[in-house]
Amino acid sequence: MTPAILGRKVGMTRVYNDKGQIIPVTVVQAGPCVVTQVKSADGKDGYHAVQLGFEPVDPKHSTMPLIGHAAKAGVQPQRFFREVRLKEPTDKKPGDQITVGIFDGVQFVDVVGTSKGKGFAGVMKRWNFGGQPASHGTERKHRSRGSIASMATNRGHSGKPKKGLKMAGHMGDERVTTRNHALVRVDVENNVLLIKGALPGANGSLVYVRKSITAKESKA
Amino acid sequence: MRNKLIDLAEQSSLKTDVPLIRQGDTVDVHCRIVEGDKERIQIFNGTVIMIKGRGINRTFTVRRIVANEGVERIFPIHSPMIEKIVVKRSGETRRAKLFYLRNRVGKATRLQDKKVRKSQETREPALAEA
Repeated sequence: MTPAILGRKVGMTRVYNDKGQIIPVTVVQAGPCVVTQVKSADGKDGYHAVQLGFEPVDPKHSTMPLIGHAAKAGVQPQRFFREVRLKEPTDKKPGDQITVGIFDGVQFVDVVGTSKGKGFAGVMKRWNFGGQPASHGTERKHRSRGSIASMATNRGHSGKPKKGLKMAGHMGDERVTTRNHALVRVDVENNVLLIKGALPGANGSLVYVRKSITAKESKA
Repeated sequence: MRNKLIDLAEQSSLKTDVPLIRQGDTVDVHCRIVEGDKERIQIFNGTVIMIKGRGINRTFTVRRIVANEGVERIFPIHSPMIEKIVVKRSGETRRAKLFYLRNRVGKATRLQDKKVRKSQETREPALAEA
């Protein structure tokens, strides 16, 4: 199975590497996860995947559908469920445990999280627009964007703004993937991963860590 | 307040034998300098004018005068690039940050040697924190 696991972002710190350089790392408490379902291309699902559950919850805080779903794998209901798509069929069975040990030998990882919500943000913050001049007659629109449409836009002679135009609106609190983080340390005993660099989301939020899809592993 | 798992992650990078230095100490800092594949020790000598930070972020600032120009270097105390720190003298200080030394030149930069009282002969470690 491709190395992948669910965890919670704990916070950032720094460690020294063997060259004496400081490496900024994010501490992730990852797993142990439990396999709650296995999907295969031959079955009714039509594709290979493993569903992971993370953080067991007391059944009285869960719902009957989730309790029943977890019971099929012979485990407690879990707080989070995420699916890992696979190219090949896997030998994992429902009820199997996945620990950070699965990342043994992995050099780079991708991390998926939910970014911090910024609320309703203007175009300067949300899209890095330049705003309007500070003076020369500009009044009350220093942080506005420019015109959004005219009668002659490429939506035709309509005077309507183009679809997908960059405007002010809700920013953050969305799924974000950051790729190719060096995996600094795998601590199987404490279920901890040290991942180089900053990860999306607030401390304590759920992150999904998988072996990097794009990074080329060096033969160290 | 600090998270246990973060402490745990830092643990491996912390030195167990943290050198005992204090503000006002005159120290020799033995730095490892890597040039290509060769490594040598360079000594930076001066006065400790500031110690700040906690845990892995703890740093100290050493000030010395080179060719009539004040030079300050900030060292992370847990850096593996520091081979060792030798305390040459301990000066008497009444404050934790000795920035007033920056405004002084020549003989005025000297600090009086610390008086060692009998009850304090064992230096209290200014750095003995986890």
